[in-house]
Amino acid sequence: MRDIYFDNSSTTVVSKKAAEIVMHVMTCDYGNPSSLHQKGVDAEKYIKNAKKQIAKTLKVSDNEIYFTSGGTESNNWALIGGARANRRAGNKILTTPMEHPAVSEPLKMLASEGFEIVTIPVDSRGRLDIQVLENEMTEDVILISMMYVNNEIGAVTPVAEIGRLKKIKCPKALYHVDAIQAYGKYVIYPRELGIDLLSVSGHKLHGPKGTGFLYKADSAKLLPLIYGGGQQSALRSGTENVPGIAGLGVAAEEAYTDFDAKIAHMRALRDRMIAGLSEIDNVIVHGMPGDEGAPHIVNAAFIGVGAEVLQHTLENQGIYVSAGSACSSHKRAGSPTLTAIDAPREEMESSVRFSFAENNTEDEVDEALAYLKQMLPMLRRYRRK
Amino acid sequence: MYNSFMIKYGEIGIKGDNRHLFEDALAKRIRTLLKRIDGEFEVTKIRGRIYVNCGGDWNYDETIDVLRHVFGVVGICPVVIYEKDGVEKMKADMIQYVREEHPNCTQTFKVKARRVDKEFPLTSMEVAAELGEAILENFPDMKVDVHDPEILFDVEIRDEVYIYSKVIPGPGGMPIGTAGRAMLLLSGGIDSPVAGWMVAKRGVTIDATYFHAPPYTSERAKQKVVDLAKIVAKYTGPIRLHIVNFTDIQLYIYDQCPHEELTIIMRRYMMRIAEHFAKEEGDLGLITGESIGQVASQTMQSLRCTDAVCELPVYRPLIGFDKNDITAIAREIGTYDTSILPYEDCCTIFVAKHPVTKPIIEIIERNERKLNEKIDELVKEAIDTAEVVIAK
Repeated sequence: MRDIYFDNSSTTVVSKKAAEIVMHVMTCDYGNPSSLHQKGVDAEKYIKNAKKQIAKTLKVSDNEIYFTSGGTESNNWALIGGARANRRAGNKILTTPMEHPAVSEPLKMLASEGFEIVTIPVDSRGRLDIQVLENEMTEDVILISMMYVNNEIGAVTPVAEIGRLKKIKCPKALYHVDAIQAYGKYVIYPRELGIDLLSVSGHKLHGPKGTGFLYKADSAKLLPLIYGGGQQSALRSGTENVPGIAGLGVAAEEAYTDFDAKIAHMRALRDRMIAGLSEIDNVIVHGMPGDEGAPHIVNAAFIGVGAEVLQHTLENQGIYVSAGSACSSHKRAGSPTLTAIDAPREEMESSVRFSFAENNTEDEVDEALAYLKQMLPMLRRYRRK
Repeated sequence: MYNSFMIKYGEIGIKGDNRHLFEDALAKRIRTLLKRIDGEFEVTKIRGRIYVNCGGDWNYDETIDVLRHVFGVVGICPVVIYEKDGVEKMKADMIQYVREEHPNCTQTFKVKARRVDKEFPLTSMEVAAELGEAILENFPDMKVDVHDPEILFDVEIRDEVYIYSKVIPGPGGMPIGTAGRAMLLLSGGIDSPVAGWMVAKRGVTIDATYFHAPPYTSERAKQKVVDLAKIVAKYTGPIRLHIVNFTDIQLYIYDQCPHEELTIIMRRYMMRIAEHFAKEEGDLGLITGESIGQVASQTMQSLRCTDAVCELPVYRPLIGFDKNDITAIAREIGTYDTSILPYEDCCTIFVAKHPVTKPIIEIIERNERKLNEKIDELVKEAIDTAEVVIAK
């Protein structure tokens, strides 16, 4: 049985080229980039090259790219380092209620340090209330943190519009964008968008796990989160993960190669999936319709079926999806996003996420749909009474 | 500084003519388990005692951990062995022992000596007196208390001199393999691993059966049960775990029988299937983690209904235990943290809001007849497709 992997927002398969360079660096050019000898110099070249590859995709300069251990670290650093560095300028931080825990948890921590966290509401599709946001953009705002693409339902935040408003209303604030689900799916030019800090994770775009970067505009004031040997301009100490970084560079470059065709393909898969789901009774698709939503994420509630049961059913057929938003019957902590869009309980319990990558095919979508149609009547028949 | 352990075994010491069988089983079990860790261990049975002499690259904590998992072991005494060379050397060794083992030197104590080597010039009493005096001279804050000492120094004079003063409690019970085998109905909950452990503690070898219901229960739920079996197996030795796919039977009962009776009828089929494997394995009984009144299927009436389908005796070691008592044991034996992982069990997925709590056996049997058409075939299939995992 061939696997149908529709869980690319959880993680992706590492690209062959990325894996090759990781292996090569590990076994051949294994030097410490801080070493003064030739081995060190050889290793450093990979870092410089990866910076170049990434900077090119963002149209920024190489020295604005800082490597981290992944998305969670990038977000933590941007928020904690950003808030602490700008404490004297104000106290207020703006965010959305749909953030990943890698953003919402550090913000909770900052709240306990005395920062005021203001959450801008969203509607039932995950659209941000721009009017409220604009009203909250007061002079004491030091940080705005927005998720570009929501990880659960693929809702998209108007990052450009927010950047424009910010420039007028609170120009001194730092503008952080969590682009972990967006990088590689959207063309992102932080300078044009007015973004100061941008978080990216490697393993969401066919790079290795444990890799990621933070784009930090030269002008942005940021305190380090990790102190030590002074690597990466003393802003992020620790010997660089050279093999991972080399792999990340390759993956980033690949993500923006044949970009339009790949995105069109993913979008076609998404549209096909949504069209197929609309033929099934009592399926509710979350998120933004059509091109408004992200190209690779479909989140749907299959009313009357436990999300986890559906996930395991599909798994038996080699189809991998995510029921991450669902919890076991014993612990019902709803997903932050579905709570934010005010989804009813029966939708929360039955929501499953399909997330695509360019290596998925239309046949796979059709196969998944056919299997869903076959199994749903049975799954709906047996339930807790 | 320790280089040996003396193993205390209580109950098995008093078995009459079978005594050596139990001792051999215990020594063999200790040998088997020690093979899994680094070090060279020599397990010897000398005159009613088992000694574990340690050599090579052995680690104290690791060794204690192994010994604490052996049923039949009542206590583990870390021993320091000294070379035997006259009473003066013995006194010096004793002082060194006290200094290293009881550095604050303020307790009351007693020295108990045992002269196994009858060639040694002093009697046991004389040795005890000499060593006691030596301790008093060197540690002025220590006092003798022969009735209720805080520290009891045991000194044994063999080819070498053994000194010990600490006892680490073992699990007690009887060595595995001395009392036949039984089939445990194992779930992912807190109770059943404890029930299996308790029966195994009496020397019983354990087999197990687990029912899962994919896709309603997950691969992780199954892995959790395998992990639980592995934890219990640290005490009991390898467990043959039969994993039965119960989905079709469960759905068939769901379709045919009153919903309030789903759980009780389901449990009757679980007992039947477990008994089938039990007989195959040559087991002498079934074991469950039930305790009276804990849930609807564990009322006296319900237990009567599940008992009725079994020919083999059903052992319920937790029958009179409260949940708190069971939890305490689960923590002690190390299954608790795994048991509380939140994966759904097949007993709970379709459970009725108000299941019958006082089932009447005749009614249950009558409703079960509604399954006549397909149930035998489904049971056979569940048995035929069951997989066996050796948990160790």
